[in-house]
Amino acid sequence: MKNTRREFLKLAAVSAIGVGAGRLGFLGDAPAHAGPLPGVANFEEGLKAKHWGMAIFTAKMTPELIEKCRTACHTEHNVPDIPGNKNIKWFWGASFEESFPTEHGHYLSEEVEHREFPLLCNQCETPMCVKVCPTQATFQRPDGIVMMDFHRCIGCRYCMAGCPFGARSFNFQDPRPFIKHFNPHFPTRMRGVVEKCNFCAERLAIGKMPMCVEAAGGALVFGDLADENSDVRKVLREHFAIRRKPDAGTSPSVYYIL
Amino acid sequence: MLEKALKGSPRYWGTLIALGMIVLLGLGFWLYQLTFGMKITGLNRDVSWGFYIAQFTYLVGVAASAVMLVLPYYFHHYKEFSKMIILGEFLAISAVVMCLGFIIVDIGQPQRMMNVLLNATPHSMLFWDMVVLNGYLFLNIIVGWTSLQYFKNDMTPPKWCKFLAFVSVIWAFSIHTVTAFLYAGLPGRHYFLTAIMAARFLASAFCSGPAILLLLILFLRRLTGFDPGKKAINRLAVIITYAMCVNIFFFLLEVFTSFYSNMPGHIAPFQYLFTGIDGHDMMVPFMWTAVVMGLGCLVFLIPTPVREKTPALVIGLIMLVIASWIDKGLGLLIGGFTPNPFETVTVYAPTVPEIMISLMVFAMGGIVLTVLWKIAVEVRVEVEGGNLSMVPPPAAEAE
Ligand code: SF4
Ligand code: SF4
Ligand code: SF4
Repeated sequence: MKNTRREFLKLAAVSAIGVGAGRLGFLGDAPAHAGPLPGVANFEEGLKAKHWGMAIFTAKMTPELIEKCRTACHTEHNVPDIPGNKNIKWFWGASFEESFPTEHGHYLSEEVEHREFPLLCNQCETPMCVKVCPTQATFQRPDGIVMMDFHRCIGCRYCMAGCPFGARSFNFQDPRPFIKHFNPHFPTRMRGVVEKCNFCAERLAIGKMPMCVEAAGGALVFGDLADENSDVRKVLREHFAIRRKPDAGTSPSVYYIL
Repeated sequence: MLEKALKGSPRYWGTLIALGMIVLLGLGFWLYQLTFGMKITGLNRDVSWGFYIAQFTYLVGVAASAVMLVLPYYFHHYKEFSKMIILGEFLAISAVVMCLGFIIVDIGQPQRMMNVLLNATPHSMLFWDMVVLNGYLFLNIIVGWTSLQYFKNDMTPPKWCKFLAFVSVIWAFSIHTVTAFLYAGLPGRHYFLTAIMAARFLASAFCSGPAILLLLILFLRRLTGFDPGKKAINRLAVIITYAMCVNIFFFLLEVFTSFYSNMPGHIAPFQYLFTGIDGHDMMVPFMWTAVVMGLGCLVFLIPTPVREKTPALVIGLIMLVIASWIDKGLGLLIGGFTPNPFETVTVYAPTVPEIMISLMVFAMGGIVLTVLWKIAVEVRVEVEGGNLSMVPPPAAEAE
């Protein structure tokens, strides 16, 4: 099953090249800056891990840097900019209270109290969203990434009730008119389905780091949590880090260095 | 027997046409939702389930409550219920139809519904809910229809039918238990995360469902003269009263656990519902209405001399239905999603289209109920020779 899928992807990539210069008419008008579609060679360089995870140097994540990462992520993934509370968020910033509501710290250090924390899907080890999804549209890969099949999702929003972190967004309307810079390398969604951060699985597959990690310039450290020599494990060995709502039992793979 | 639904008084047809008009009106709004998406609802990123799912939950309770007639009748041979039992089963059918309707209008991609079966996922409670609800629907259709058919022909229902009736009793508990499990297993939703959720659901179902049934039956008695018998009515009223007391008791257990333990996450939903948080107090008048109605209905229901007078009984039942509906049809979902995972308040209130679409589903249930009850009453008229209240139940039916 997996093999045929990989073959198919290769084939798709090859035929895409055949179509020419990465501009596929049916995808709409690709902006000129969108590079060529990845080819077979790119997929062979794909990054692999047992358990992808992230460590965040929260002190380095200024509001400006968070905004930069947010824009990078949202542009890469065609995340629409919808005003109001029916919005879609993959990466965003929030206060300490909102990010760690179970801490209930009365006397926070002023600096932490005013710090903005980047939030994204925690890519939990035992994700509740996967457990409750009635169609397996949300599923977990062997490398830990919690992914979504937008074409299978029935939009029941059970996963949104299940996720204790508010990491998921529902397309209450057609998102396409709200996409400012269309990226032809990533699918857009239709209305009525749920979406969230996918740890840039599509970039890892061609050997690239996640978009937000690239944009953060070292403030976000990404790597294999199962490999004790990985960057992320090294960072976690040296710095004290906490996770959001660990008592919800989902075991987040995103660590916050305070 | 279906032909009995095709002949009726102008009043019967008038009812169906009125309900049909509501369906058509709501259908317009549903098409609007299908075209523009669920942005026409009051739902949002933080409160992602609302009015639709709440009505679904309430109606699962109504469906399950048929068991309050079936159980005494089949397990304890309480024959007084013989005239009501078919009405209970038919109400259950219409309630399940409405449940399925509310699921369909709630999901974002209804045309992909079958994915739940194509990719059957046993670790999802929604999958099991779909299985038990559809199973319950079929059980009630088969049992209800068959026993009515045999009653019409003055015959004893077959053994397998009785067996299925037994199964339906157990099954009724399962539908509301599984529906409670939809909520009770979610970490981080403190208002839902309680071990007695299923017990609370059943208690609230067993008072509100029979209360609705009894109100409808009393209405039917006025319209058609169909009388299920004073004894049966009184007995059902007693069952309702006990269930309501248990329901209130269970709710108080939740209040104690939350406030005595002083766990912030568990207290917050109660605060939002009963006092408001940060000035967001939209739910407060509703919840206190529920408290007043819930306690008030007991004044009419507990003293036997009061309860046995029809006007007092009706007032008590109406108060009970209002209280239980606010508790389960509004408070449960809104309290479960407020405060949101960031411990802030995102206000949710259903919009007009949302309510119109809900009315459409209710009216559909109303049509199913009207037709089924019409058939049941006509059959009884035929068997008992047109005299609905005088003739004692025939011996055949007592089996
Ligand atoms: S953060 Fe939420 S959406 Fe992401 S994996 Fe965990 S439970 Fe699922
Ligand atoms: S909304 Fe989609 S992804 Fe979420 S639980 Fe339902 S089917 Fe699964
Ligand atoms: S890992 Fe990728 S998808 Fe997730 S927030 Fe970062 S850029 Fe977005």
